[in-house]
Amino acid sequence: MYVAAKGGEAAIDAAHDLLARDRRGDGAVPDLAIAQIRGQLSLAVDRVMNEGGLYDPDLAALAVKQAAGDLVEAVFLLRAFRTTLPRFGYSRPVETAAMQADRRISATFKDVPGGQLLGPTFDYTHRLLDFALEADAEPSEAPDRGSPAPTAGGDRLPQILDLLNQEGLIEAADGAGAEDGEPPDLTREPLRFPAGRQLRLQALARADEGFLLALGYSTQRGYGHSHPFVGELRQGRVSVEFVPPELGEPVVLGEVELTECQLVTQFKGSASEPPAFTRGYGLVFGRAERKAMAMALVDRALRAPDLGEPVTAPAQDEEFVLSHADNVEASGFTQHLKLPHHVDFQAELSHLRLLRAEAEGRAGEPDGEPAGENQE
Amino acid sequence: MTAAVQPAPLDQPGERDRSYNFAFLDEQTKRMIRRSLLKALAIPGHQVPFASREMPLPYGWGTGGIQVTAAVIGPQDRLKVIDQGADDTTNAVSIRRFFRRMTGVALTTSTAEATIVQTRHRVPEAPLREGQVIVFQVPIPEPLRWLEPRETETRKMHAYAEYGAMHVKLYEDIARQGHIATTYDYPVLVNGRYLMRPSPIPKFDTRKLHRSPAIQLFGAGREKRIYALPPYTDVVPLDFEDHPFRVQSWRQACARCGATDSYLDELIVDDRGTRRFVCSDTDYCEGRMSTGQGRQGP
Repeated sequence: MYVAAKGGEAAIDAAHDLLARDRRGDGAVPDLAIAQIRGQLSLAVDRVMNEGGLYDPDLAALAVKQAAGDLVEAVFLLRAFRTTLPRFGYSRPVETAAMQADRRISATFKDVPGGQLLGPTFDYTHRLLDFALEADAEPSEAPDRGSPAPTAGGDRLPQILDLLNQEGLIEAADGAGAEDGEPPDLTREPLRFPAGRQLRLQALARADEGFLLALGYSTQRGYGHSHPFVGELRQGRVSVEFVPPELGEPVVLGEVELTECQLVTQFKGSASEPPAFTRGYGLVFGRAERKAMAMALVDRALRAPDLGEPVTAPAQDEEFVLSHADNVEASGFTQHLKLPHHVDFQAELSHLRLLRAEAEGRAGEPDGEPAGENQE
Repeated sequence: MTAAVQPAPLDQPGERDRSYNFAFLDEQTKRMIRRSLLKALAIPGHQVPFASREMPLPYGWGTGGIQVTAAVIGPQDRLKVIDQGADDTTNAVSIRRFFRRMTGVALTTSTAEATIVQTRHRVPEAPLREGQVIVFQVPIPEPLRWLEPRETETRKMHAYAEYGAMHVKLYEDIARQGHIATTYDYPVLVNGRYLMRPSPIPKFDTRKLHRSPAIQLFGAGREKRIYALPPYTDVVPLDFEDHPFRVQSWRQACARCGATDSYLDELIVDDRGTRRFVCSDTDYCEGRMSTGQGRQGP
């Protein structure tokens, strides 16, 4: 009898069949259409696009369907597709000041130029299960709101933190070097430390939402405290412009929906700098406020060394944060423990037996067990 | 009506999936990996950062090894993939299928016939020869990682060849247990210069790396590092004069083929906990069986 090694081929095929069956679920229930996922699970689609690092709602919806709703698995599917795409250049930095915002709030000022616009938000809903949604709905028009959804920013919507800057009370946005030629790209170059803010922001935008949320939260609880305020949160659509080298001037490739968070945080000042407000920045695809805010908290925390602050908390430690923020990496390496490890385990087993045999004063071992280690 | 085209047998070159580039990666990415490989071969044992790509298999499943193989494989190659020494473990099957689909190359389980062997956790028992490439899947490339978690620090330690911490660790094992406690992924000094992790092969296999005629390539996808051993490179396990490097050995021979010189897997064969020991390297075991060297199990 030889049990262990054979059967891999048939087992994999059978496992894939079972997976496909489970994903489809009850055949009497209609199959989910991609348009349904895109339209009705749009926040799941947004999360997959963010962490997948690819703006394509249809493909993200397909990934959600294929992954049976496992969003980290869907992120992985999208990343594995993204990796096959050629890169033909880099867009110009998007101008969020020119955003057609459907939500824009500031927690630091009661009223702001351009106005506060609540937009679609869970913030003030009562979290009571709405049993009306249980019933199968016939196709219908979207609930009538009487008028088109309002948007702000017919003209440019000023960045609220820039208003503080007029008084010199807040550091200028550094733009993270956005105009200095080609940006660094962590999908094309391995991450090295220190990474710098541009790469940090890239990594945070792709980072696992749950991980960022916990890290950001930890800074609010004393592990790297920075007294944050939401200076501005806006979401809406912006144009993406690209300058083809043969044309020499920008053409609009299309629009993307973004959520941007600008935090105002304290800075006590240093020997060379007077006290001022500082910034934390978050920018993500789609509607993903929680992620954008967590990103901004962590961005600010990671700036501690640049601002001469002591690095005492995990969220301030660039190498710790960036090395563990990617859920495709983390999920893979955590779950690889399911792969067979019996060769290494055998090595540990025979070593342990040797140590125990020695501890018990036995010179040899019963036949059938490893004799431990022989000098080579 | 035309007769259905029979797919080519797997030990012969066959069709590949033409909706992807040959070996999945685009040519620019392959060139990037090849440049890293050349640098790695020029500085044996040194970890070269490379722009590791997301692959359709998860991190931890061998994405580094898969990218290295994808960068060096050609249509005429003959690929062998093993995990824990066996060709038929699920992960080996999965990786082999991936390359069959993406390249159409001939597959083999024979160590001797393979031009490329991708492996996880073992070095085949049969000696490798000149012209062969063995690709190791590496989970953690940094030998100093458990001593110093920071990349910024370990890079300096390598630059200064400051490896005293590792000797201290091995010494502490001996002081506590009477033995060096590292049983796999045993640290080695390469070409007298760089400390290297040989990937989690049992230390039984460590000596096989020393002056191997084959090209030995190591890929760590999640950690984005490549390193390499050109043929006939000195690979010396760290040890002490009074505590020389030792490897595992067994009282028993393989219960199938009777081999006494191979690394054995321990199988629990019934509810009473009866153990049997068989070769971890299935190709080696099959080879001995087919040439009549095997023996009947009890």
